[in-house]
Amino acid sequence: MKPIIRVENVGKRYRIGTRGAAYGTLRDLIAGTVQSSLRGQRNGNRSKTNTFWALQEIDFEVEPGEIVGVIGRNGAGKSTLLKLLSRVSQPTVGRIELYGRLGSLLEVGTGFHPELTGRENIYLNGAILGMKRAEIKRKFDEIVAFAEVERFIETPVKHYSSGMYLRLAFAVASQLEPEILLIDEVLAVGDATFQKKCLGKIGEVARAGRTVIFVSHNMTAVNQLCSRTIMLAGGRITAIGSTKQVVADYMSTASGGAEALWDDPLRAPGNDRLRLRAVRVISKNVSTELVDIDQAVTIEVEFWNLMSGARHICANIYLMDALGNAVLSTGNTDMANLADDDWYEEPHPAGLYRATCTLPPNFLNDGRYYVTAYLLSLGPLTVEAEAPQAISFEVFDTGVMRQPGGGTGKWAGAVRPRLPWRTVMVEPRGVSAEQNLSVPVAS
Amino acid sequence: MDSISTTSNGVSEPGTAVKPRSASSSPLTLPEKPIVTIEPRNDWFPWDFRDLWHHRELLYFLTWRDLKVRYKQTALGVAWVVMQPLLLSLIFTIFLGKLARVPSDGTPYALFVFAGMLPWLFVSGSVIASGTSLVGSSNLITKVYFPRMMIPAGIVCGRLFDFVVSSFVFAGLMLYYHVTPTRNILMLPVLIVLMTVLTLSIGMWTAAVNVRFRDVGVALPVLVQLWMFTSPVVYPSTIVFSRPLAAVWRWLYMCNPMVGILDNFRAAAFGGSFNWPALLLATVITIVLFVYSSYEFRRLEATFADVI
Repeated sequence: MKPIIRVENVGKRYRIGTRGAAYGTLRDLIAGTVQSSLRGQRNGNRSKTNTFWALQEIDFEVEPGEIVGVIGRNGAGKSTLLKLLSRVSQPTVGRIELYGRLGSLLEVGTGFHPELTGRENIYLNGAILGMKRAEIKRKFDEIVAFAEVERFIETPVKHYSSGMYLRLAFAVASQLEPEILLIDEVLAVGDATFQKKCLGKIGEVARAGRTVIFVSHNMTAVNQLCSRTIMLAGGRITAIGSTKQVVADYMSTASGGAEALWDDPLRAPGNDRLRLRAVRVISKNVSTELVDIDQAVTIEVEFWNLMSGARHICANIYLMDALGNAVLSTGNTDMANLADDDWYEEPHPAGLYRATCTLPPNFLNDGRYYVTAYLLSLGPLTVEAEAPQAISFEVFDTGVMRQPGGGTGKWAGAVRPRLPWRTVMVEPRGVSAEQNLSVPVAS
Repeated sequence: MDSISTTSNGVSEPGTAVKPRSASSSPLTLPEKPIVTIEPRNDWFPWDFRDLWHHRELLYFLTWRDLKVRYKQTALGVAWVVMQPLLLSLIFTIFLGKLARVPSDGTPYALFVFAGMLPWLFVSGSVIASGTSLVGSSNLITKVYFPRMMIPAGIVCGRLFDFVVSSFVFAGLMLYYHVTPTRNILMLPVLIVLMTVLTLSIGMWTAAVNVRFRDVGVALPVLVQLWMFTSPVVYPSTIVFSRPLAAVWRWLYMCNPMVGILDNFRAAAFGGSFNWPALLLATVITIVLFVYSSYEFRRLEATFADVI
């Protein structure tokens, strides 16, 4: 079948020399030129412009109606690829052919002007995203209704709450009807309801038979939405194929073993308030990648608190299985905590902290699990540090839950908790007596 | 037990809907040729008319945004459009016209200087605003594709609107001073086109270079100020031409395209003879600048998103 997107041997090269100071001044240029001509060949850093290929030898085709995921670590070239596809940036080599109108949700609200009213911004933003005036006019009421801003449509958007602003921006962007849609991490913004709305919208786009390129760190979302997935690493395609396969590949290469350690506080994930130092799996008191199914698993998150007095620092872990399905997420907020956390409520003096969470024995299924660690600060909820798939571990089936001589196949489910079961006889009459199984709520 | 079927349970609904379908069930038929081809640019022609035409509505909206934003939250609003040339003309009339007695070629000085201010404020205002326009729109440039030329062009169109509004005041002043237009007025459209193309050329170039070298944005107001005093805005060009100077100096003076534009703008409005050599030179220089800046813009455009 004829592809709707054809990418042939595309590459993008950047100059590193100009990246630190993204723009120069004439004086720098003149000074640099004079210096280098004076010193001849053996000159300083200016003429030694390092170049690096953000993307190289990218070749793929997308058929109409496909939803293709693009995954990879930070710096793998995902955003660069989207920039090339959306024509924001030009490839250095290669060729991309698009056989359909392309729209992008790279960032909602692009071109919103704070001084203009909601109505004015709808038209302006629509035009910037490539809609015709007649098209915007036709969809105007729908946009306003979706964004729930009817009463404020004549108010400058600088007076909007951030939620209203975001809703309006997404409402406009979601009215785009291109044959090809690019989506990058839109799901990262906004609250859970809003994210749900976004995901719903993408599903809707998919059912309408349009082609979508979906770039995300969220393996669960990629798994749910995409039929095919491209994995990038170091600017090259390292895998392309069915999402299940590629995500599994990614999960196995993307994370370290039992421990992830960041020695240098300046380079650790985080910001100037909080930084991660380590994430590790502990079982039987040692850091290990292999965990017996009948042993408790402890996950440690070590972090530096750099701002004295911070409170409500939430260490959070997100567990995924080998296919990128979410298994669970948990954090140490007092409402979600089964134990007492000495520090959660207290103002934290600057220093190094360790938060630990223990998963009970006979709880996880056998197989590989991937841990993403977050540091959040509550109220307003902010992600301060994130280490996607920082560590992984393998739960090993020791056979404790199996019948002697029984099968060895994998049990269904993300978890395999050992739960209490009891049987009682309800009515003692004949062989046709019905059995009733019940699980007591509390024992 | 087989886990694969169970793990995919929750995802099967959107998952199955997206499987690539055969051509018959696909709602769209693909065109034979690609709608867009993206590759390193190496074409010799700097204008992509099809692309510009496709984005024509964006020009309208950018112009409209420029106007809206400039006059939002101003008490006098559009009145500022006419206040600016009026106030400047008033000051120059008092100090240069009345006190310093600068000649004005037989026209009342107030009318003379307003006729200079009108095109000059359009040119200078557009050039300064275009200079920083791309950098000011970096959030757009790094996110969405459209012909980048639209941004300075939108600024110039916005100022052209100001120019048209002020022209009505100019017409009023003409009536007040009992100056009746002659057939010469037919030259006005030509001059306005020339002036607009000149402004767009300089605006595009400064905007593009400013992305790489922010010096341009800083230096521009000063340079424009210098440009004003080397152009016959507040004085007639005859005070230069009537001097016993070598021909080379006159030609050099006329190399400033604003000489040809302003001289002939006044000739078109008030009657009198056109300065054809200056007009010809201004046209040639404008065309050269336009071609040059189109190429430069096209060349630099490729890296805007990377360096801005």
